Amino acid sequence: MSESFLFSIDGIKIEGKPGQTILQAADEAGVYIPRLCAHKDLAPFGACRVCTVMVNGRPQAACTTPAAKGMVVENETEALKKHRCSLVEMLFVEGNHYCMFCEKSGNCELQATAYRLGILAPRYPYQFPRQDVDASHPDVWIDRNRCILCGRCVLASRDLDGKHVFQFVGRSTDKKIWVNAEAHLADTNLGGADKAVDICPVGAILRKRVGYTVPVGQRLYDIKPIGSDIEARRPAAPGR
Amino acid sequence: MIEPARDIREICRTHGNDPTRLMDIARAVQGKHGCVSSQALDLIAQAVGIPRVEVESLVSFYTFLSVKPKGNVVIRLCNDVIDEMFGAEQVARAFTEELGIRFGETTPDGKISLEHTPCIGMCDQAPAALINDVVVTYLSSDRAREIVRVLRETGDPRRLVRRLGDGNNAHPLVYSMVHNNIRREGPVVLAPLAPGAALKKALAMSPVEVINGIKTSRLRGRGGAGFPTGMKWEFTRAADGDQKCVLCNADEGEPGTFKDRVILTENPDITFEGMTIAGYAIGAELGIVYLRAEYAYLRAFLESVLQARRARNLLGRNILGKPGVHFDIRIQMGAGAYVCGEETAMISSCEGQRGDPKDRPPFPAQKGYLGMPTTVNNVETFCCVARILDNGPGWFADIGSRGSTGTKLLSVSGDCSSPGVYEVPFGIRLSDLLTMVGAEDAQAVQVGGAAGRMVSPAEFQRTICYDDLATGGSVMVFGPNRNILKVALKFMEFFLEESCGYCTPCRVGTMLMRRKLEEIIEGRGQIGDLEYLQELGSTMILASRCGLGQTAANPVLTTLQAFRPAYEALLRKKTAEPCLASFDIRAALQDAERLAGRSSEIFAG
Repeated sequence: MSESFLFSIDGIKIEGKPGQTILQAADEAGVYIPRLCAHKDLAPFGACRVCTVMVNGRPQAACTTPAAKGMVVENETEALKKHRCSLVEMLFVEGNHYCMFCEKSGNCELQATAYRLGILAPRYPYQFPRQDVDASHPDVWIDRNRCILCGRCVLASRDLDGKHVFQFVGRSTDKKIWVNAEAHLADTNLGGADKAVDICPVGAILRKRVGYTVPVGQRLYDIKPIGSDIEARRPAAPGR
Repeated sequence: MIEPARDIREICRTHGNDPTRLMDIARAVQGKHGCVSSQALDLIAQAVGIPRVEVESLVSFYTFLSVKPKGNVVIRLCNDVIDEMFGAEQVARAFTEELGIRFGETTPDGKISLEHTPCIGMCDQAPAALINDVVVTYLSSDRAREIVRVLRETGDPRRLVRRLGDGNNAHPLVYSMVHNNIRREGPVVLAPLAPGAALKKALAMSPVEVINGIKTSRLRGRGGAGFPTGMKWEFTRAADGDQKCVLCNADEGEPGTFKDRVILTENPDITFEGMTIAGYAIGAELGIVYLRAEYAYLRAFLESVLQARRARNLLGRNILGKPGVHFDIRIQMGAGAYVCGEETAMISSCEGQRGDPKDRPPFPAQKGYLGMPTTVNNVETFCCVARILDNGPGWFADIGSRGSTGTKLLSVSGDCSSPGVYEVPFGIRLSDLLTMVGAEDAQAVQVGGAAGRMVSPAEFQRTICYDDLATGGSVMVFGPNRNILKVALKFMEFFLEESCGYCTPCRVGTMLMRRKLEEIIEGRGQIGDLEYLQELGSTMILASRCGLGQTAANPVLTTLQAFRPAYEALLRKKTAEPCLASFDIRAALQDAERLAGRSSEIFAG
């Protein structure tokens, strides 16, 4: 089974391979679909819903939906952009995202996605939840204020690091990221070099003592908007 | 005194140290030790060979499980909208006064815990509460005080059962004061059927013929979504897999629904017979009934019915002497999570996980319980199946309407003279139903539970069927003096509580919507808020991962549609204040004022 097939996103012909999701095929073809929980090294999780696209007229998460021959996918429509903004704004007001003094600023995918979508301020009221910080570990700390419950650390620890450091507990608005110990990150087998740390899209899991090695203004998304690396893969259309 | 560690290891061993049976293990530990303590989490994790945080993740998901110790007796007072209409708040006050604790707390002697719980399927005999597994109905303040006295004296909730209910509620294995309140019996679900009669006819056909019969009957799922049952079976039969599974959804959690409770009390044989037929049709040997924790009082009785069926070779190996036809059923208990009524969340729960829904595709028919192709059908759907095999698809298709064949069991509650269960043909006019139940002066009717829609008198001529007013069975009537917006607020609170929290639009959307609706009800809404609600709702519908989130905005969106003037009357026309009407400056200043030890002069209270 290696026969590729064609489908379209916003009228652009995309080559898909069996087993690929819409998002994976789009990434390979250089078409950027905004996302926060999906990551190229991880199994699809489908939590943030920012990558929602219309598939043959029906809404589907691009990260979890297998691509199929002849699919007609809409991505960059005004309506979808509005819903994506709404979802990103929901994540901003649900937590406490103090971008102006967050050491992840400039490398943060939530912030960068908001910039790319043109969000100036959320339309929803800030909830200002009280959240815990766990700084018990010598090399890594968790700030639940900035967690967007994307599940990347859960999957990365399990599937990339071969450990089970993280998992969610609770449900609804009490849902939070938790550690494989009675209470503290220090009591887990998390290592400072674990992939689960770097894979956090926001400033919720941070490595200690390196927060400002690269100055703000010179960071990844300070230089190029999020998604640029994917879009760079797209062959220029003839005559353009 | 049992040595806890040894006992917990023993519980795990009894369940084969099998991580997929984590629900049963956690429920057993909770039942015996009053909680799944931190130590228990470690012991279970060790025994079944999974990380501790996975056990904690499951325990923290379900409201009937808890890491913190609870009393030997847990009083769970139902606080759904119907129970509150019939005095649950006064009952709540009596409980708190008599126990000297608030909701969410346990008495200092560690004996009694007090909690709220969403709909327990007793709206026709509200207010009601669960006391451990015992259901107490028609509560009053006096009765609440008496309950506390009895519990203090005896510590035994079974002592609270006074007059037994009708029918099998009085069966020694049920021993319950619950009433069936069957108001109208129809020919499909609530009629008698000799055990084995339909199954015998099914086994005389080929599995494909059985599926074709169901297709000819045009039976659609009774849980609410209305997917054609025959087609679902066909997909499951065609799917690759050595083993397949029949899953019966008895997690009746939609507020205002209680008809499955009545079926399981009076006619469980028909449900099990339908499941067995399904097993034969799709080629499954495993059947699971997912029974909601609130109906635990029915479990022993249902087990005895299963046992009797095994004794008559209606379950087991070579059923009714037909070689190669094997099927058996086990009961999987839930632990308090509405979302588990969603079929993929139910599968997660059966597998010993949090009740998180799964991504589709793959659909359960392709890859369901433990990867087996699985058909998930409602209790009532299985009853229809058995009847169709017994009476024939044509007989069934002649009842009801063209797109909605057969009868529907409705659970009617609220402001009507005869709340209870009605089996009516599909296509019945809502106005006719309201006359039947004694609710001619209804101001509004919620059809389909919290996830359904609020219908105003202007639409009472509409009919109950899949193509018009679809419902899994819940019909809640609201009389002239009820505040419809407050009803919607109760439903939003329910969804907020029950969202699994997996995806953004449901987790955050329900919270934001509840908050805005509350502001409007409190007179702090303003022009533009109705559009805000509508846009928020449209994102929740579009982007949510499962049916819960996709319908969680319905209480607001459908009341906005049917009762818009009620909203508009509450909105402020212009804001002359320095702050947004929705912004409560006094509340915002509270912490700072407390710390400073003085209060704002500009924004004086």
